[in-house]
Amino acid sequence: MIEVKNVTKSFAGRVVLDNVSVNFEQGKTNLIIGQSGSGKTVLLKSIVGLHDIDSGEILFDEIDFTRMNFADKKEIRKEIGMLFQGGALFDSSNVEENVRFPLDMFTEMSLHEKLDRVNFCLKCVKLENANKLYPSELSGGMKKRVAIARAISLNPKYLLCDEPNSGLDPMTSLVIDSLIKEITEEFNITTIVNTHDMNSVMEIGEKIIFLKEGILAWEGTKKDIFKTDNEAITDFVYSSNLFKKIRKSQNKED
Amino acid sequence: MIKRGLFFHIGKYFLLMKKVFAKPEKHSIYYQQFLKEIENLGVNSLGIVAIISIFMGAVITIQTAYNIENPLLPTYLIGVAARDSILLEFSSTMVALILAGKVGSSIASELGTMRVTEQIDALEIMGVNSAGYLIMPKILAAMVFNPLLTLISMVVGISGGWAIGTLTDVITTQEFILGIRYAFIPYYITYSLIKTVVFAFIMTSIASYYGYYVEGGSLEVGRSSTRAVVYSSVVILLFNLILTKLLLS
Ligand SMILES: Nc1ncnc2c1ncn2[C@@H]1O[C@H](COP(=O)(O)OP(=O)(O)OP(=O)(O)O)[C@@H](O)[C@H]1O
Ligand SMILES: [Mg+2]
Repeated sequence: MIEVKNVTKSFAGRVVLDNVSVNFEQGKTNLIIGQSGSGKTVLLKSIVGLHDIDSGEILFDEIDFTRMNFADKKEIRKEIGMLFQGGALFDSSNVEENVRFPLDMFTEMSLHEKLDRVNFCLKCVKLENANKLYPSELSGGMKKRVAIARAISLNPKYLLCDEPNSGLDPMTSLVIDSLIKEITEEFNITTIVNTHDMNSVMEIGEKIIFLKEGILAWEGTKKDIFKTDNEAITDFVYSSNLFKKIRKSQNKED
Repeated sequence: MIKRGLFFHIGKYFLLMKKVFAKPEKHSIYYQQFLKEIENLGVNSLGIVAIISIFMGAVITIQTAYNIENPLLPTYLIGVAARDSILLEFSSTMVALILAGKVGSSIASELGTMRVTEQIDALEIMGVNSAGYLIMPKILAAMVFNPLLTLISMVVGISGGWAIGTLTDVITTQEFILGIRYAFIPYYITYSLIKTVVFAFIMTSIASYYGYYVEGGSLEVGRSSTRAVVYSSVVILLFNLILTKLLLS
């Protein structure tokens, strides 16, 4: 479980996260939704310590991460798999080396075992026969999938994904979503996913938090989303016509 | 990053160096990186070092010959003067300044790009000390390989001097050889190599500092790589003065 307690973060006086408190539960896919610029990425990066927060606390399974020194943070971070919004693949390494990197760094596996693991992870993201390609030779969606493979290669205890399916076609997007949900349940991981894709919300959202201009404006499950009267979230959700129709038909049934 | 004072940067630089020289997570991985950097920063600089050395040697020889067109001075002095300027100054400082341009801008832009595309963040999140993993192998590779470049530059430079001297008939081969052996002080080579090692540290660490702390986008990466070259060159010149005072007087 990852607990975020009263976290505030500002850049040059501009508040981007305003007193956010939320628990991300273990074995569940926790979703952070919100408009572009609402602070989703900043929240994710604050959780893992890439941004220093102004005030508040972050706890990883009850261990206070905020006040840890660099060496202890490193130990926790070995358990974190993170997918960056832009992928953040290592340009000078090919696909295989990218996914293998955490294994090289932190395990004593033989090369053969490592390659098996790499190929397994690449298969999970439906990316076979791309082992020797370099990031510059990949499409945007392929990069994203390699980055997911890298994030899960060490069997993380915490998986943080910043928009795992932006830039992917609906089919692949579905595959990635179900992959995230599967490994979360199978390995009892604490997973946090940033998204503004309502399809993902309906596919994998168990616990959902809604950020609006840095404020936690709503919290609930995907069922709750259609029942709530919270204006901020209905505006966000029903900006899609499809969901307007769903809402209408649901209201008729009631 | 730009408008802050000198002491801010010096402090931040030393804190970075402390992180760079922390204990590696895994020695074998760092060693692989080290070998890669030997090739990137060292072997790939052989060509440019050879070219500038041969021209430098040639120009010094012609200039010296022009300056001592006095029948009372023996011709072999051309060899002596060329040798001493190459050993003392050109193969260490000149070569270091050229390399600060080549190696410095490549390090700063490589690290800067990794910073703005979040590759450095990705390393940090994995629990890797990104500064150590990325920077230490570069600094060590340059400190190990640059002395070899300096030695090569000395040999090539003196050969360039001999070639142009004999081709233009300002000096014969015998006189030139007499000159480069005349009153030869081996310590000059040691002095030059000590400077080279210090300059190698300066150019790689300062370039790494500017690359590692880039904020923004590709524009800032370009700016910081320019800044890396300018500041490492200035610091190299400063340390050239300090080391010369310390080692030669
Ligand atoms: N390093 C930074 N320095 C200054 N401001 C920043 C920085 N990073 C983010 N911000 C600001 O914080 C706000 C939230 O940004 P964030 O990246 O979290 O948005 P987001 O919800 O992830 O949006 P998107 O869906 O487009 O990725 C934005 O207004 C942005 O300008
Ligand atoms: Mg974002």
